[in-house]
Amino acid sequence: MSMNPKNILEVRDLVVKFKMDEGTVHAVNGVSYDVPEGKSIGIVGESGCGKTVSSYALNRLLPRNASLSGQILFRERNGQVIDIAKLKPESKEIRSIRGKDIAMIFQEPMTSLSPVHTICNQISEALILFQGMTKKQARNRTVELLKLVGIPQAERRVDEYPFQFSGGMRQRAMIAMALARNPRVLIADEPTTALDVTLQAQVLSLIQDLQNEFNLSMILITHDLGVVAHMVETVNIMYLGRIVESGPTLQVFEEPQHPYTQGLLQSIPKLTGRLGERVTSIPGSVPSAYDLPEGCPFAARCPHRMEICSIEMPKPVQIGEDHTVHCHLFIGREAAEDAANA
Amino acid sequence: MLQMPDDVILQVTDLKKYFPIESGLLMRKVIGYVKAVDGVDFSVKKGKTLGLVGESGCGKTTIARSVIRAYDPTAGTILFRSRDGVVDMAKLDKKELKRVRRDMQMVFQDPYSSLNPRMPILDIIAEPMKAHGVPKSVWEERVAELLKLVGLRPEYMLRFPHSFSGGQRQRIGVARALALNPSFILADEPVSALDVSVQAQVLNLLLDLQEQLGLTYMFISHDLSVVRYLCDQIAVMYLGRIVELADVDRIYENPVHPYTSALLGAVPDANPRASWRPHQVVKGEIGKLTAETKGCPFAPRCKYARDVCLEEEPKLTPVDPNNPDAQKSACLFAAELSLPGVS
Repeated sequence: MSMNPKNILEVRDLVVKFKMDEGTVHAVNGVSYDVPEGKSIGIVGESGCGKTVSSYALNRLLPRNASLSGQILFRERNGQVIDIAKLKPESKEIRSIRGKDIAMIFQEPMTSLSPVHTICNQISEALILFQGMTKKQARNRTVELLKLVGIPQAERRVDEYPFQFSGGMRQRAMIAMALARNPRVLIADEPTTALDVTLQAQVLSLIQDLQNEFNLSMILITHDLGVVAHMVETVNIMYLGRIVESGPTLQVFEEPQHPYTQGLLQSIPKLTGRLGERVTSIPGSVPSAYDLPEGCPFAARCPHRMEICSIEMPKPVQIGEDHTVHCHLFIGREAAEDAANA
Repeated sequence: MLQMPDDVILQVTDLKKYFPIESGLLMRKVIGYVKAVDGVDFSVKKGKTLGLVGESGCGKTTIARSVIRAYDPTAGTILFRSRDGVVDMAKLDKKELKRVRRDMQMVFQDPYSSLNPRMPILDIIAEPMKAHGVPKSVWEERVAELLKLVGLRPEYMLRFPHSFSGGQRQRIGVARALALNPSFILADEPVSALDVSVQAQVLNLLLDLQEQLGLTYMFISHDLSVVRYLCDQIAVMYLGRIVELADVDRIYENPVHPYTSALLGAVPDANPRASWRPHQVVKGEIGKLTAETKGCPFAPRCKYARDVCLEEEPKLTPVDPNNPDAQKSACLFAAELSLPGVS
């Protein structure tokens, strides 16, 4: 197993399916992306596009009815490359990675924190169990972490329960918990979606600072294109379980190539809008993940649809440095250019 | 006879809504109040849209619910121009309210929980007609008309909510609100539960309907980008009070309350080159609505606050005496501060 030396994580052809009574949900249908060490990448898409499931797969946090295939290559601290997709979800190996090397911040702090344990107990648990700290050491480290994430009066508040924290502080406590074991990769799944804008700004700037300070590699998962625009270097746009376009954030936002990316960016209301102006929307809605369409998943809603689109899934086409798009429009163009060159 | 200017459809004066906090198991005792809305004044002109924006807990939904009298306001008057003349919503009894509500309808946030899953669309949209005694013989025709109006096929009327997507459900919610030909629609975060690509469809529908039917809207949202496309005037709320009320472009380009400016700076615009000032954003968190506070509610978080801000409570006052309705601010230093907006 070989990896590009600058990457800490490489996901290749990841497929996740859920067996349900009603049929099979095709949540993730062949997703590939890289996470360069110390950099931040974003995975963006609307609800049901598979962005959350694909990231949960990295930590093997999927329910029992899920089946997973593909490769999730991870470079361990000792330089060894390991395929997380091959590990058993309960195995020792994955437990030494999950939460330690790859930490997560979840969307809903209230449902991810235990309501019946103090913040101190919840954060220090991992420190005592896995780092071999004494209770007192763990407590001191917890206070340190709470200070780091900007919780005022950390010495006193460490003994409080999550319900005594406000929404913004709970999310800070979650971030502290994620940092407790010095992770190398941080997966932030809609970390600020439940927060108001002023708190969102505070928490996002905290995440930015921490990422720089600890040289974390970050995967930011969100539906909010505004958050992505300012937080990550590389962005992957997902639609119905597939990445349709990926590239440097600035390039993708300023020169979106895939018709879905273009439609998505056009449909966002902007602060600089005008009263009465009509935002261009994408007609129709996302097809069901139970019954995947043949060919390109976006074909039915695409303004540039061709015959081939509903027959064959387009292969990725590289259109710039690190800028890839999955669309038949470009396959034709590439072939035409090749022909012209020849 | 109640009076208000001819072009105004809703005029709210000194509206207050306090919720009692009770304690004790057997002897319920009121030990304090949550002052969800604490003295707000605003009016909405015919055919226009007023936007109420603010963060969670600022009282925007409480205002909407008080206006439509889902809550009984603690104090204040709510003058509304119904088809029978001007009425004070705050004083109406049950029977009068029902008559007036033909003219004032609501669109809700969550299109999943606001439609009964056991009813076909026909019954859902006809429900207001049923409640107001419209003869059954005309329901089907009217529902077909409404479905066309909101961009759905009339054949859909026998289907159940589960066969519709979120955007389609919200269209159904809009059709139901329009069933009795109201003049005024209260929309409480109508697009917040929708994905962006679908959100735009519903926003455009609301704009089209306003043009077509001459509707007046009160639009509640936490999303400052969305309201810019829809609202003629915007009221920014903080801790139960309106801190700035202004024409739409003024509030974005030239905010005169530090909180408005902070809110605008906190929104990450979907443009990597747009300025985003997360580091300059207000410190701390929203205060408590229960506390007896002196002075400006925003003062503890305001970087421009001076000693006097903690003492004196600012009233919502016009910034420009020559054009009093264009922009009002509840900041003692509104005229002095030069605050960043959106360029």
